Amino acid sequence: MNLIEWANPSRFLALSARVLAWLIPATLLVFAAAGVQAYLAPDDYQQGATVKIMFIHVPAAWLGIFAWVLMSAAALGTLVWRHPLADVAAKAAAPIGAAFTLMCLLTGSLWGRPMWGTYWVWDARLTSVLVLFLMYLGVIALWQTIEDPTRAARIAAVFTLVGAINIPIIKFSVDWWNTLHQSASVLRLDGSTIHVSIRVPLLAMIAAFTLLFLTLQIAAMRNEILRRRLRTMLMLQADAASGP
Amino acid sequence: MTASLGPYAAFIVSAYAAAIAIVAGLIVWIALDRRHLLRVIKELETRGATRRSQRVVERKNELV
Repeated sequence: MNLIEWANPSRFLALSARVLAWLIPATLLVFAAAGVQAYLAPDDYQQGATVKIMFIHVPAAWLGIFAWVLMSAAALGTLVWRHPLADVAAKAAAPIGAAFTLMCLLTGSLWGRPMWGTYWVWDARLTSVLVLFLMYLGVIALWQTIEDPTRAARIAAVFTLVGAINIPIIKFSVDWWNTLHQSASVLRLDGSTIHVSIRVPLLAMIAAFTLLFLTLQIAAMRNEILRRRLRTMLMLQADAASGP
Repeated sequence: MTASLGPYAAFIVSAYAAAIAIVAGLIVWIALDRRHLLRVIKELETRGATRRSQRVVERKNELV
């Protein structure tokens, strides 16, 4: 059986039910362990206890970007292979990605006020993440306003791939421009600059949030498949009602 | 607990409250969406509506 056959919506529903049965308890367990580590993590020598905001801000930022990368991969599946499950994955990821990007903006703002003295500044990192959030709202609006799901998927896929140019801009904005936001400290070629006592809980929280994202994504994809089934049933019923 | 968070406790608590509210909102939205979809599909099925794949199976059975 090849990958395309596994991606059949009916087979996906059966397989995903089994995956979710493991994924939900795994997410809860990893969150419990990561939460304890984050709670017990020491204060930063400069930032004090506000460093605890990092344990939700960085995972939210990671997932805001990851969801768009996932949507871009799904967009290729839509445009190249015209696979309906790729459409489903892209549509399901958009509101989840938007929610995590909003979380990133809100927690960053609440971290910025005590550390920078301001909730917001129009620097390259903050602005590019705000642009990402607006792009999510744009792609959600496309899905909502175009009635035919196949046509909506193609237009949303083109929009997503064009918008993907913002992902490296977000990542490298702190290197390319002089920003108030700090430069990369987790993923660096010369190693992380975060002390191990804070890095370990941070990585644990990133793992927990990633599992949460996968759980929500699979659940939202199952809903979208049901929504398409419902649409088909309504159309067949309307056909039957309109005559032989 | 908030006393141990220092002078910026309000910012830390607000950030975590916002994160919890957003995650809870996502979970509730997905759960309610699923419940609504399953309810409407069940209503349609009880009224005799079928899916395309079910129709194909029914037609095959008729031919046999």
